[in-house]
This record gives sequence, structure tokens and C-alpha cells, in this order.
Amino acid sequence: MKVRLMLSCLCDAVYGEVGVATARVLESADCEIYFPVAQTCCGQPPFNAGDWNAARAVAMRTLEVFDGDSPVVVPSASCAAMVRHGFALLGLTAPRQCYELCEFIVNVLGRKEWGGSVDPRRVALHRACHGRMIGLRDQQRQLLKSIKGLEVVEVGTPEQCCGFGGSFSVTHGKVSEGIGLEKLRQIEAAGVDQVVSGDMGCAMHLQGLAKRHSMDIKFVHVAQVLAEALD
Amino acid sequence: MKNRFDDYVRSLDEDVVRSVRASTERVFSARAKTLPEVFDDVDHARRQAADVKSYVLDNLKPLLLKLEANCAKNGVTVHWAKDAASANRIITGICDRVAPNGGTVVKAKSMATEEIHLNRHLTIAGHTPVETDLGEFVVQIDRDKPSHIVAPIIHKDRKSIARSFEREKLGPYTEEPEELTMQARAHLRSKFQEADVGVSGVNFAIAETGRIVLVENEGNNRLSTTVPRVHIALMGIEKVLPRESDLALFLRLLAGSATGQRLTVYTHFIGGPKKEEADGPEEVHLVLLDNGRSRVLKGPFRYALRCIRCGACLNGCPVYRRSTGHAYGHVYPGPIGAVLAPALDGVPKMGELAKASTLCGLCREVCPVDIPIPDMLLKLRSEDERNRTSEWTWFGLAARSNLLWKAGLKLLPMVEPPRGWKEFREFPRKRVDFRRWWRGRP
Repeated sequence: MKVRLMLSCLCDAVYGEVGVATARVLESADCEIYFPVAQTCCGQPPFNAGDWNAARAVAMRTLEVFDGDSPVVVPSASCAAMVRHGFALLGLTAPRQCYELCEFIVNVLGRKEWGGSVDPRRVALHRACHGRMIGLRDQQRQLLKSIKGLEVVEVGTPEQCCGFGGSFSVTHGKVSEGIGLEKLRQIEAAGVDQVVSGDMGCAMHLQGLAKRHSMDIKFVHVAQVLAEALD
Repeated sequence: MKNRFDDYVRSLDEDVVRSVRASTERVFSARAKTLPEVFDDVDHARRQAADVKSYVLDNLKPLLLKLEANCAKNGVTVHWAKDAASANRIITGICDRVAPNGGTVVKAKSMATEEIHLNRHLTIAGHTPVETDLGEFVVQIDRDKPSHIVAPIIHKDRKSIARSFEREKLGPYTEEPEELTMQARAHLRSKFQEADVGVSGVNFAIAETGRIVLVENEGNNRLSTTVPRVHIALMGIEKVLPRESDLALFLRLLAGSATGQRLTVYTHFIGGPKKEEADGPEEVHLVLLDNGRSRVLKGPFRYALRCIRCGACLNGCPVYRRSTGHAYGHVYPGPIGAVLAPALDGVPKMGELAKASTLCGLCREVCPVDIPIPDMLLKLRSEDERNRTSEWTWFGLAARSNLLWKAGLKLLPMVEPPRGWKEFREFPRKRVDFRRWWRGRP
């Protein structure tokens, strides 16, 4: 299947390894990847910050860059939610085929399991809240659970947000820190080897907090684990 | 960036945060347990309730006229108050007539009376308002403000309540909740007896019958609305429901969402003043409060008027749990407050509240009337930012040009992260460049 890879601006700017893993995962699932090099950002950062003029302009460019029929796959529920839900609030027509990576693998490719194996370890899955907006339920967990060597454990209150919230983490730093530390303490108490996140926004915030507080917690993106299971 | 909300949270005692978190978690899990026991399909029930409330908002005027006509048949006097001042004038006017030299006014818990600051106006007019809901009573003796729309003293622990009761000489010092309750009960009993007027809110008012419906758990509503000679009920105009049969859905959704109860301990149906009965009020007044609601109804935030004040969005909200209701600086805190406050009081005054959210979407998921709170917070943010130069302007420009975008990516490691970021967190370093990897592939 032909797919177009939307990298997300965060993976473009900082987390290139997540993009690499996403590409490897998609190729292993028999997808032919096209990467539109003119892509930048979906527009969510200014959208959430209230600058809808900037957001609309960026969103319109995304629509141009991703004009076409084949599915668009992005390793972030947040970007997928922006395209599918946020664009409409901006008065733009959203392309229907924009999927979060695991949602695409399970719902579109029809894979119920991922398989393969990794070095044995216990991991916690961090659910990104924007999955709510695209109806992302258990797809990430479902794929992870099928990987040999991986024990996926439930940690604390999984339905609760990590406190990132994009520009919120800057404008309401103290509240954001408090929410994040609660999450980190739950993770620490669970004694897992890794935290697997479906979105690098949450991971960047939590990782940055953990580092500041000298907590030894490792974060990876779900795509990185799926890619590791291929080796 | 200066931020009143965040500054308030910086000043908060960690004990307060802990007790708010524990209480909200408790009722929030009770909600999650009860609703699926009561409804086969909770989401369906929520959408059904949303539909009924949408119908109400679409037909508000005729429904209110029908309510007024049926109230009149029941002997209930209906008053229309276009704003807080007029509602205060109507209510103090009735109190002045009933008790010309001033007197005790017992009050059942009501957010609408908080909204119009009724206690202050009653006091200025020479009356003595007495809150009879246990939580509101503590708020009143402490000269505090409610921090939650259902649990007004969620920010207090029992030690501080014990100290307040001792200070007010309500009885010997005790930290036992039952004993504290008995002390308040003994104190309030005489207030009910001496009051000429009882003021309550309204949970639902039924257009087809003109009946006023109140829910509560303590019994103080029953006493406030039946013992004094006059009962005045204040309701936001959006609280009207078309039919009594709608209550089968709404009473259970409200109780389940608010406290995880299948039904509240008491449900009162008030059909007018006493007729042949020995007890009950001689007069019942219903004050319909607009106070900006008609204006909100015409704008993009009209869905917020579906709210039935259950507090579920507060209880689940990570920001509310961390910040407590007082951080919002408005009678309506939490996610719904962050919409209602700017919608009612104006974006210039309260618009910043819309930013006090991570947009995690839990509020919408648990709202019994399916209010799209995150969407409205986003819209409010855009209205709040409309006339400001945004720090995202450069981003908007860069994201539209390949050249600028690539230059920006190169420069990023040299740019200082914003203060609000680096005060609390480290910033990651880029290790892999995806574009380079992609270009270098065979």
C-alpha cells in the first residue's frame, strides 16, 4: 500500500529516530512510503495557543503538501487529531485519510498482532490524550502485547493527562510540572524498565521533568519498540 | 509570562492539593462505577441528555413562557431578572416586605445565588443570610469562597473545619465529622425556625407542570423550602426542562456524574405554596435569571448552557486537581468554568482562563450533556488572542517556507527554550536527523 509519511514537527526538529523507526515499521508492513519533503507542521502549536491566523496558514500549507488520495500516517495522535478535528474548527476541509501509526496498522492494514521479539523488559504505555479525539482506543497496547519479551503493565491512572498540553507547559509551567511529577511518581513506583509513549510531546515533557528531578526513567516511542521487534 | 493562575498555584499549600486530589479521585471513580450500573449505554444516555438540552436551548423562550404559565396555575409567582442587579433587587424586595425590620434568611446551596453575590446584597439590605448546606456553612463562617460547584469546601481538611467550629463556639473541639455535623445541625435548627424567608436554587424546572425540582443529600433544602413562610427559588433560565418524563434521565445522570450516587438522598418536587396542608410556605417565588445567558445563547459558546452543574469535569480535570477552584477566580471553576466565566463575563476580563487547560479532552468524555468543552476553550483562546501580537507569528511564517523551516531547524539548538519551559524541565538534544537519513537511503 502506498502511504505518505507525516513526520510531525517535533520529530523533524528533535526526535529524528522516531521518524526512522516509523519508516522502518511501515516498510516492514509492506507499505511504500512517500515522504513529502515540503512538509513542516500541521499547525497545532499556534492553533492551541490561540493564534488561529498562523494556524490556518500552516494548516492550509499542510493540506497542499498532503493533497492526494493515499493514506497519511503520522507517529502522533495529536497531529492526527489536529488534521481530523482541528482543521474543521478552523473552517478547513480535512483529508479523511490521516492516521496515527498504530491506528493505521490495526484499523487500516488489519494487523491484530505485531509479533517479533525484544530483549525481555517491563514497560508502561503512556496514552496520549489526543487519542481521545480520533477514537484511538487500545491499538498501541494491542500491538505491544503481541511482542515477545515485552510485559506491558498498567501504571497509576492511565486516563489522566501528563500535563504537557503544548503551550500550556510554558504558560502554566507550575501546574504542568505538578501534573507531570504525579505521573512520574506513579511510573517510578511501578518499577518499569521503560515508558512507551505514542506521542513525543508527552515524552519530551516527562523526560525533561524526570531529568531535572534526577529520576532515572527512560522514554521511547511506540514506533521504536515496534521497529526493535523487527530485528 | 505573568500568569495569575499559575502564580496562585505556586502559592498553594501541598496539603490542600493532596486533599482536593483525594476527594476528586474518590467521587470520580464512584462516577465511573455507578453510571454503567444505571445506564446500559452511558454514552448514549449522555447524547440523549445533550439532545434534550439542545432542544431546550433552541426553544428557550416558549418553554419559559409555558413554565411561567404553569407556575402561575400552581400559585407560584414568577419574576424575570435580566441581570444580577435585578435579581438581587427582586429577592431583597421580597425579603424587605416579609421582614421589614430585617431577619434571618436561610439558604440552600445554590450556585446561581453565588453568581449574583446574593448574600452581600441581603446583608446590605439589613437581612441575615445563613447558609444551611454544611459546606456552604463552613465557607460562610470562614468568610471564604466555594472552590467547587458541588463540594464547596473540597479545599479544606477536617482539622481546619474543627478549628473554625471551635472559633465560632459551636461546641467543644472535635475532628469527628459526625460530631461536627451534629454541632452545625444544632446551630442551624433554630435558624430554620426563626427565618421568614428561605432561598434555594433550582436543579430543574418543568415547563409542562410548573414544578420546581431540587436534589440534595443533607435535608437542609427540605427545611429551607418548607419551614419559612416564604420560599424564593432562583434559577438560571437554561435550567428549564420540557417534561417531567425527562427527569428519569436527568436525575440519574446528575447524581451519577456528580457524586456517583444512583439518586440523591432527597429529590424535592415543589408544586407551589401550601393549600390545605398544615405546613409549607405561604408564598413561593421563582426568579428566572438571565444575567448574560441570552447573549451566550446567540454566540459560539451556547453549548455551555447545557451544563447541569454536576462537577464531573472538575473532578476529572488534571488542571483543576492541581490548582483547586480558587485558582480560576470565578464562581464557576474547572473546565466548564473556563468556558462559562469568559462567556458570561466577557473574553477581555476572563478569556485567559481558557488557557488553563491541557486540552486533554477528559471533560468532554465525562460530561453528562456532552458539552464540547475543549473545542470551546480553543475558540475562546483564538478570541482572546485576536488583538494581540502572537509569539507564533514567526512560526507561522517559517512553517510556510521550505527555506525558513530548514533554517529554523538548524538554528533551533542555539535557541533558548522559553522561560516557562526551562524553569521546570531540561530540553532534549537532537540525535538523529530524519531528513538526512531519508536522503541517504539507497
